[in-house]
Amino acid sequence: MIQAKGLTKIYGTRYALRGVNLIAESGEILGVFGPNGAGKSTLVRILAGQAKPTAGTVTLCGHSLASEAAQARACTGVVGHLTYLYDDLTAVENLRFFARMFGLHLKESELINRLSQVGLGGREHEPVRHFSRGMQQRLALARATLHNPRVLILDEPYTGLDRQASLFLDDLVRNFTRTGGTVLLVTHDVDHGLKIATRVLLLVSGRVIDEGPADAFSAQSIVTAYETGRKVQQP
Amino acid sequence: MKKNGRLSPTDWILWGLTSATIAVALYAAFLYAPTERTMGDIQRIFYFHVASAWIGFLAFFVVFVASIAYLATKAVKWDILAASSAEIGVVFSTLVLLTGPLWARPVWNTYWTWDPRLTSFLILWLIYIAYLMLRAYAGEEEKSARFAAVFGIIGFLDVPIVYASIRLWRTLHPKPVIAGGGGSGLAPQMLTSLFIALGAFLVLYVTLLHLRIRLEKVNRAVRQLHLEANR
Amino acid sequence: MSYFSGIAAVYWKDVLLEFRTRQSLSTMFTFCLTIVIIFNFVFEPGSPAVVEVSPGVLWAAFTFSGLLGISRSFSFEIDRGGLQGLLLCPVERSTIYFGKVLGNVTFMLLIEAVTFPIFVVFYNLPPSMNLLGLGLVFLLGTLGFVAVGTLLSAISANTKAREVLLPVLLFPVAVPVLVATVKSTGPLLRGDDLAQVASWVKLLLAFDLLFLAASSLTFEFIVEE
Repeated sequence: MIQAKGLTKIYGTRYALRGVNLIAESGEILGVFGPNGAGKSTLVRILAGQAKPTAGTVTLCGHSLASEAAQARACTGVVGHLTYLYDDLTAVENLRFFARMFGLHLKESELINRLSQVGLGGREHEPVRHFSRGMQQRLALARATLHNPRVLILDEPYTGLDRQASLFLDDLVRNFTRTGGTVLLVTHDVDHGLKIATRVLLLVSGRVIDEGPADAFSAQSIVTAYETGRKVQQP
Repeated sequence: MKKNGRLSPTDWILWGLTSATIAVALYAAFLYAPTERTMGDIQRIFYFHVASAWIGFLAFFVVFVASIAYLATKAVKWDILAASSAEIGVVFSTLVLLTGPLWARPVWNTYWTWDPRLTSFLILWLIYIAYLMLRAYAGEEEKSARFAAVFGIIGFLDVPIVYASIRLWRTLHPKPVIAGGGGSGLAPQMLTSLFIALGAFLVLYVTLLHLRIRLEKVNRAVRQLHLEANR
Repeated sequence: MSYFSGIAAVYWKDVLLEFRTRQSLSTMFTFCLTIVIIFNFVFEPGSPAVVEVSPGVLWAAFTFSGLLGISRSFSFEIDRGGLQGLLLCPVERSTIYFGKVLGNVTFMLLIEAVTFPIFVVFYNLPPSMNLLGLGLVFLLGTLGFVAVGTLLSAISANTKAREVLLPVLLFPVAVPVLVATVKSTGPLLRGDDLAQVASWVKLLLAFDLLFLAASSLTFEFIVEE
């Protein structure tokens, strides 16, 4: 599960995040929405370990990011809109590298198996350079789930995906939570996000302005909230 | 803080102190100190040359300390201090590099003597300039603060090793000996004049630092307003 | 997982990538060779000036071409977010630093090993050189240059000016390495033994240790926001 308390991030004199509190329990898919500049990317960067909070605490799978960073990282998988893959390495070489970096001793056959699971069977030895965007994203998913994380952070994962790849991702996310995993999904596609998410968090100007179960929100009410900066009106 | 375009009491004190100490230093260097036996009056530049060197080095030390403090606390005030001290340090270091040749030419008939201390200062000056360029090209404020802090630490740690390497080079290959790089066998009045010059430049440094920090704070406030207006 | 397996993973990844694309090595070698050849034109072949200046030429060639490799070591990571991807892994940030240092040292030493014989031929150096001593100085000098260079490359790759800023940052800081290597290479080329250049070797060692330590400690502040 994912928990943040009083999370604040200041860049120079600018508040990117201000006192953000959020909880996502096992089996939940938390959709984080907000207009541009709301702080969503900053939130993801902090959860992914790419940025350090100025104040506040973050806990991932029960491990504090501040004191047990390695354990927190080891139980978290991240898919961003950058693939973090190496173009000139093959799919299996990329996985092998990340397996090593996560301290996993996976056999070659296991790596190839993972690739088949994301629909890349038969393309293990092709350089990533030749992959389409959809295939690269599948490989990124394989990379992100290689170490069997309990938490999945997805930042605009649907960007540039065709319909088939999109559906594949939806399936993967639902299966992940069915076995008790937690997902945090950031997307600007409010309609799609609402279909997948079980809970919703609205971020505007670095603050949480509303949160609740996904069926209490509609795309329209969310977009209105962006403008007003106030809680969504409950019917 | 400057209000209504008038000077604050701190400004008056600092300016007053600076003017007074510089005046005394000028007197000490040009009138009070005796004329050096072999070099003549040109030697008087030495007081300002050495004082500038000490302050140039002090300014870099301040950058070093402020850099560590910034990385430890991420408080913007340390970044402002580092940026300001670096700029002023460049000014004093440039003075060192200008007065050196001015002194060397009439006395030893060569503009540049590759004296270890002066050469190390040249490298220190280059590191300062690199530091300022890094600040200019880093991009966002937060990045420039972080990167500059790291470079400020690395650069300062480098200075003693630079000095050691250049000194080793010069001792292993002694060229026409340039005696008395400064400070050896000084008459007591000369020593006093040196301390006065040092004190005057120290006050000047503090004054300039105070002004530069204030300017930096205003700059950042304006930038911030710009950002918010454009949102 | 152990600290060292993280370093090894980063190292082998970079080596694999380099041998796949050979981008760094080919440009480094070409540049290194070009410098060695160009400086040849400056002097009368066989004049004593050549012998005196040749260590300087050699190290100018090594460091300028080394700069190419070092700046590439982070710039290619920026494009696909490779560096950000490394931060996702449960590794100490300094392992990324050490992995990169090892990679850069490997590539630079490779270039040095290939260029040196060519250099000996062009500058007509007598065969009485202290090869072991030279090897040690090459190693320590390269390590020092790379130790600071890698850290500064991480900085410059992340700025607006990109790689262009790296020489400005690196060369002033690397002055001790440049002085020490050039000044010890000369006697070693003549065949002097290591004892003659002991103080330079000690200086190099001190530089290497200091900056490996300082850089590994400050590296995380560069890569993490």
